[in-house]
Formats: sequence, C-alpha cells, structure tokens
Amino acid sequence: MARATRIIQNFYRDSVSLMQLSSSFAKLPGVEQASAVMASANNISLLQEAGLLTEPVQASANDLLIALQGEEADTLESALTAAESALKEPSPSSTGNETSCDMAPRSIEMGLGNLIGANLALISTPGEYAASEGFKALRLGLNVMLFSDNVELKDEIALKQFAQEHDLIVMGPDCGTAILNGIPLAFANVVRRGVIGVVGASGTGLQQVTCLIDRWGSGISQAIGTGGHDLHRDVGGISMLQGLKALAADPSTSVIVLISKPPAPEVAAKVLEAAQAAGKPVIVNFLGADPDRVRRENVYPAMTLEDAAAAAVALANGRTPDIKKASVPPLPMTPLAPGQRYIRGLYSGGTFCYEASLLLKKELGQINSNTPVEPGDRLGDVWTSRKHTVIDLGDDLFTRGRPHPMIDHRLRNERLIKEANDPDVAVILLDIVLGYGSHPDPAAEMVPAIQKARNLAIKAGRHLVIVGFVCGTAADPQNLSRQETALREAGVTLAESNAQAVRMAVSVALEAAAVGERP
Amino acid sequence: MIQVLFQQKLQILNVGLSSFADSIARAGGSVLQIEWVPPAQGQPEIGRALARLVNLLPVEIANQTAFDAYQTAQPVLNGVSSAGQVLPNMAERMILHSGPPIAWREMCGPMKGAIVGAILYEGWAENLTKAEAMASSGEIAFEPCHHHNAVGPMAGIISPSMPVWMVTNTTNGNQAFSNFNEGLGKALRFGANGPDVISRLKWMGQVLAPALRTGVELLGGVNLKPMMAQALHMGDEVHNRNAAASSLFLKRLISALLKTRTTATDIAAVVEFIAGNDHFFLNLSMAACKAMLDAAHGVPGSSMVTAMARNGVEFGIRVSGTGDRWFTAEAPVVNGLFFPGYTTADAAPDLGDSAITETAGVGGFAMAASPAIVKFVGGTPQDAIDNTMAMTHITLGRNNAFTLPSLNFAGSPAGIDIRKVVDTGIQPIINTGIAHREAGIGQIGAGITRAPLACFTQAVSALANTVASG
Repeated sequence: MARATRIIQNFYRDSVSLMQLSSSFAKLPGVEQASAVMASANNISLLQEAGLLTEPVQASANDLLIALQGEEADTLESALTAAESALKEPSPSSTGNETSCDMAPRSIEMGLGNLIGANLALISTPGEYAASEGFKALRLGLNVMLFSDNVELKDEIALKQFAQEHDLIVMGPDCGTAILNGIPLAFANVVRRGVIGVVGASGTGLQQVTCLIDRWGSGISQAIGTGGHDLHRDVGGISMLQGLKALAADPSTSVIVLISKPPAPEVAAKVLEAAQAAGKPVIVNFLGADPDRVRRENVYPAMTLEDAAAAAVALANGRTPDIKKASVPPLPMTPLAPGQRYIRGLYSGGTFCYEASLLLKKELGQINSNTPVEPGDRLGDVWTSRKHTVIDLGDDLFTRGRPHPMIDHRLRNERLIKEANDPDVAVILLDIVLGYGSHPDPAAEMVPAIQKARNLAIKAGRHLVIVGFVCGTAADPQNLSRQETALREAGVTLAESNAQAVRMAVSVALEAAAVGERP
Repeated sequence: MIQVLFQQKLQILNVGLSSFADSIARAGGSVLQIEWVPPAQGQPEIGRALARLVNLLPVEIANQTAFDAYQTAQPVLNGVSSAGQVLPNMAERMILHSGPPIAWREMCGPMKGAIVGAILYEGWAENLTKAEAMASSGEIAFEPCHHHNAVGPMAGIISPSMPVWMVTNTTNGNQAFSNFNEGLGKALRFGANGPDVISRLKWMGQVLAPALRTGVELLGGVNLKPMMAQALHMGDEVHNRNAAASSLFLKRLISALLKTRTTATDIAAVVEFIAGNDHFFLNLSMAACKAMLDAAHGVPGSSMVTAMARNGVEFGIRVSGTGDRWFTAEAPVVNGLFFPGYTTADAAPDLGDSAITETAGVGGFAMAASPAIVKFVGGTPQDAIDNTMAMTHITLGRNNAFTLPSLNFAGSPAGIDIRKVVDTGIQPIINTGIAHREAGIGQIGAGITRAPLACFTQAVSALANTVASG
C-alpha cells in the first residue's frame, strides 16, 4: 500500500467543493482513497486517523492538502499531478473579461458595496471563523444566519446579545434551515406561503413542520431557525424570543409554532410567558416535555412535530386543534419469520431520530441509540445495533471527513444491508429529506440498497418491513410525488410523517412480539 | 424590531458554501456570493480582532481625522539644505537607510555598498576596506530615514553632509525630507560606491545643491501637489514613472536658475543633469507623500497606513493609530521585467522608502494614470485600470487632488485601511525598481510587487489592543 501527499500553498476551497474534489480524485486511476482538505490541525489529525497520512506534513490552515492512497507510488504521483491541475482549473466565474469594477467581493464589507440594501448574511464558513464573520455582518447592520457549527457558546451569547441590542437577529449557529419572505435558506423546502409562522431550534424539526403544513394545504409566513443551543440556560432563548415577538407583530402571521427540545426551565418559562402574550395562538412542541407544563391560555402543547403541524393547520383554518391519539395507517402485513422482532431506525435527521426514540420508548421500553433520550440507552458501539435501535447518521461520529447523510447515502445504505442480514430485525425505519441542500435524487440512491436488503431477507426466509416517510413538498427540486412513487415501487411503506412511520413500526414490533409469545 | 425584515426584499450576502447561493438564486432570491477565504491568513484570533474593529465608531472617527489631515495637506518644496543641518535628531556619525530598522550585519548587499560609499563620501575613511571596517565596528549609528522625517529611494542612504530637499506641509507645518536623485545606472542608492559615484555625489553637493537652493528660494517655494496632479494627467504615476513630473519641475526651475548668480556653465550642467534623469522628481514626490502622510500619523485608533518601506530584507509598515511601531515581514521579490542579462535570481528583495508613494495614493495605486507602467509585467492598459480599481477596496477614500483621466477623473484611491487589507486579502500594489542583490551593480529591472499580508495582520492585532470594544 502506497501513500502520497501534496501541499498547495495559500489555496483555499470551501469544504463542500473539497468533498466533491475528494470523490473525483478517488476515481483517478490507481487511487483507492483520496482526500483534499484545508490543512488545519484538525483536518490533518482526521487524515491520520483515516490512515491517509503517516508522516507529519508542513502545512498551515491556508494551504490545501491532497492525500492519496493506492497500490503503487508511481501512479499516485501522476494522480497527484492530475488532481492539482484539476484544482487549478479556473472556475467559470473567475474567467472572462471581468474588470475590477465588478471584482468579486472578498469580504462582507466589500459585498455591501455590490449589493446595496443587503439585509442578511448567510454564513457557512468553518466554525473557527464563523463567529468573526457573524460579528462583522452584525457590525455592518446585517441580520445573520449562521449555518456553521462548532461555534463556542460564549461567542453565540455575545453575537446574540449584540444583535438584540441593535435590533437584529442571529439565526444559529448550527442553524440548518430557515424560510424568510418565501426564500428557502440553506437546507430548506419550497413551501407554500401562508399564515403560519414557525420558530425552531431544530433544522429537521422545522423542515418536518413546514412540509406537513404544505402537504395539508396551508402555508408558511416565516420559518425562523434559532440554532440548537438557543434555549440553553446561558443563551436564554434570545433568538426564539425575538422570532416569537416578530411573528406576533407580523400582520401576515396568524398562527405561531415553536419547536425545540425541552429548554432549561427558566428559559421555558420566559418563552411560554411570551407565547401567552403573543395575541395569537401559539403551538409549542418541546419534544418530550409534559404537555401540562406547557398548556396555558393561547398556548397549545403538541407532542410530536406532526401534531404541531396538524394543530397549526387547524387553527389557520379557524378550527380548534383536536389532538387525540393519532391513527396508525394501515400496513400491508406479510408474516414475519420467527425471531424477527426488532426495529432499526436509520435516520439522517437528528430531530427525527430523537422524536422516534421518544415515541418508541413509550411503547417498547429501552431504545438504544447513539443519541439516546436516556443516557443509559447509549449504544456502546455505534456501528452495531442492539435490540431496538435508532441511529442518527448525521451525528459527528459518522460525518467526520464524510458528507452528511442527507447528501451522501452510502453510509446509510451500507448500514441498511448490515441490518437486513440480522435475523432479529423486523422493521427498518427511514427518513428521506428533500429540499434545497439535500441530495438531488435520494430515491435513486436508496432504491438499489433497499431492493438488495429485501432480497437478502427473502433468501434467508424472512420478510423485512421497511417503513419510511419523505419530508418534502411538491415544489421541492426533487419533487415529493416522484420520490414517493419510486420508494413505494421499491417496497417501502410510506407514512406522511415521522410520527406516523414510528407508529407503524411499533404496530409491527408489537405484533411480532405477540406472535413470538404464542406457543 | 426584526419584523421590519419581513416587509423588505430579502437581499443576502452568502459567505461560505456557494451551493447555498445557487439555491437562493434558483428560488428567486437576491443573493451575492462572497469569494471568502479565511481572513488574517487563517489566524482565527487575529480574525476576531479584525471583526471587533469593523465599523467600530472610534476607529471610523479616527480614520476620518487622519484621512482629512492627509487630504488637506499641502506639501510645498521650500528649501534645500544638508541632512546634518535640518534633519531632526541627525547625529554627526549617523547614516540613514530605507525601510524599517536593521543592523549592519543583516543588511542586503546594495545597502551595505551604499553605506560604504557614504562613509567614503563623508571622508570618514579613506578606502573601501577601512570604510567597511568602520561600518561594522559600531561607531556609526544606522537609523531608518523614517525616524528622521525623511525618505530615500532604494538603499535610501543619507549621511550628514548630503543635500536634502525640504518639504513643508503648509496646512499644519510638519516637514519632510528626501535626498537627491542621482540618475540611473551605477548609483549609491543601488549600492555602487566607485570613484565616479562618489565624485558625482560631490558635484551634487557642491554645484547642484547650491544652484537648486537659490532657484527654489527665487521661486518662493514650489507647490508639489498640483505638479504631481498634472503629471498624473501626463502619463506618470510619480513613483516608477516621473518623466512628465521631472520635465514640469525643470520647466519651472530653468527661468529661476537663469535669474540667479549661478554661472552659465553650472546652469548648463544642472539642466543637463536633471534633463538626463527621468526619475529626478521621484525624491520630491516621495518627500511630498511623506509630508502628507505624517500629517495623518499618530491619530489614536486610526487604522490608516502612514508608511510602507523596505530595507531589502524586511518590508515594514506603520499605522496612524499604533505610533512609531513597525510591523514587518520578509521583503518580497519583485515580479518584473529585467534589463538584458539579468534574471530574478540576480534581484535583491524589495528595497526602498519609495512605497511611500503608494501609501499616499499614487504610484501603483494611480496606475490607471500610467498605462506605460504595466509593460514591466507584460500587462495591458486595462490591467492598469484594474489594479487601481482593486485598491479602492482597501482604502478609506479618494484623493480628489489626484484625479485619473481614464477613470473619468475619479480621485486616486488613498488611505490604506489595514482592516480592509486583512479582511479582503487584497494586498497593496507597488510599482518599483529592482536592484541587483550585489552592491554596486545598480538597477537591473523594474516591476510590480505587493505588500506582504503579514505586516497588516500584525498591525490589526496591535490596533485592536489599543481600542476599547463597542
């Protein structure tokens, strides 16, 4: 096995471009594994962990590092040369007869000279630079959406306090989704406009609620992301409170939905107090919180994201929300083989995984996970499922040096095959997330693996139930109905929402357990 | 209240993943992609310091003060004297050099050669060997010209009995000085120190200086800013091209010289000397720029660069708000055109105080006025315009006295802001001559170089320490 590296000094590319380049380099002749990264200390240690680097390299965070692994040193050298020339090919935007008068802006301040009236900076730089870019944007009077993660909590607090003092908002850090004035930002779906305003600390939570509202015929006025740490005690829910207040004052919004994991109690109290004073109905989905602690005048607790969307649609249509025990959609039953009894949830959305854990736990007891509801349910080895298991494949453990599972389905497909080979598995649970930012055709990526998994089970004399749901809309670039059709044809039973899919999985598991108990 | 945003058209600056900008555009949004690279050469801590300084009121006010002082300065040539007589804190056994401070043993070849030449010129030693021994003995003090309100091109060597131009900013009275330009070829400023060089220096002190002194006195001073402005309209950028300015100066001078008691022989020699040197005006341009920038120096909190200078080893800058401190980095090698027989391998790293012109918004910053200059790097007139336009993104304003015909008479970009340099990574551009790395060979080419970013990142960090958060 040979390895080769090359350093291109003072040459920057963003991480997504680098991932695309890495995968194209891996296809060069004689190359088995390839990685192109900015040579930060962190990235270098990742390459060392991956075995792509065995010797120390002299490079800084502003240098681009290409590392290749393959059979022969000679072919790797020529691959490196090919890789370097591919990198240095001018991008279409940097060629042509540009004059400096329309020189591409290099900084936010310079950009303000080109886009007069700019009012929002969408920041997705590596985390160590993101807070500084956020501060610059705020200082220049811009609202900020910080997609970047790995921003320190003290920076988040400072950013949000500065924003609040200057009548601006910081959505994030780690804010994956927002829809402002009908424009989807980062990982967002193309939803109908309407009267429901949403503020969410969870990206996929926001996507689920906005997509279901769209699916059920209503629309969104604004969807504001806050980032996952906003309701932390030390941040105090600054952005959620700002968003709530803004929606309360917005004449185009008549119903408000709030989504978060349960906040710190004092933060919850502040948010609920503000919700009660909003002058509009507010639906609150604090995932896993006791509804009685949430309920008050004007404030409607919702147990699931689906409930929140349903209640919002009801209120938007002038009806009182009717949250009864939700129905279980009918499931075509094929007898399971003896011993098939466990659920394996393979999620790309963190909030879906967490919601599934919560719902399953109520019905089935212990649910093992890499992101468990109870610390005691943590999987020792995240690569191997035990009994009922739900996995968040978007967790840092799985995404280090690899694209997110909403973009790259390989890791999930591999895991699906592994689960299909397990004779104890009865049900696979899947989420398929559409919208901007996600893979352009997830069904096409997943169907071959799904078919293979089903065939494996059939050959072993088992029947594998695959349940899923597509989080998306008809107007999304991937097209909801096309995706759903392809998945159904591959034998996936589709629900409308995560909660429904989970209930279907539960009914299979309960049935399997009942069969197992019979003599 | 942020709901105001709901009533506005959303206009987005996208910093980072360009696919997000593509999605927004596809969805019908208004978006501009920033060509972002990690600022401050990827040093997050300095990036933070920078973020703290962006649009910070005390810095903005300080910069306004500094820029106004620069903009309203009126540099007037009002005398000729000798360095020992007029330069502040000039000691008897002191030799000034270009760029930031440097010890004898660290100096580049041309600077060492020029110092030896200056010792011979002063008569402190009778031959090269003794002069070198004296230079390394420590008995002569070496200090930057900039520490004495002076500037000198290339090696920038000024010794006490050398003649100097005296330039006064009549707006607030500060003075600046420069030595005389010897012409091209073998010259002290390139480290040449042979008998012909020394005897020319002697002639300059004994004949040229007195003639110019009386001429300037008779003229009652020469206002340099309008002359520079006029030269910009005639194809000079008054750093690496001074053909027009030198002619304009000579035109003013001749009639005055003829009215003095200078002999006809001497006048002929003086006129011939000036007419034979298209760079004669350079040192006046530099002193004028120094006078304008010193007026802007020392404003607490200001992020405006007031000097860029190189000693052949290090490139250094000074910033208005950080006092007399130099921020230095390795001097870059100049990209340029070489005289026949020479290559980059022969070149000394960037050298001289002449980047004071770029600091003042002329030279490379006014390249649009001087398309002939881009020939040095095989460029086109459009490149010259592009270079000037690029500088508008790192400067505080435009110098309305220095207008550029090819840009519809817009002012030249001036007042380099260290924050903008560090944030955009756009490096100040400098037109410059190239000296041979060995003493005495002289100029071997000319070209274009850029100020190293490291100087500016250090300066941002230092300035941030002087400014309270807000």
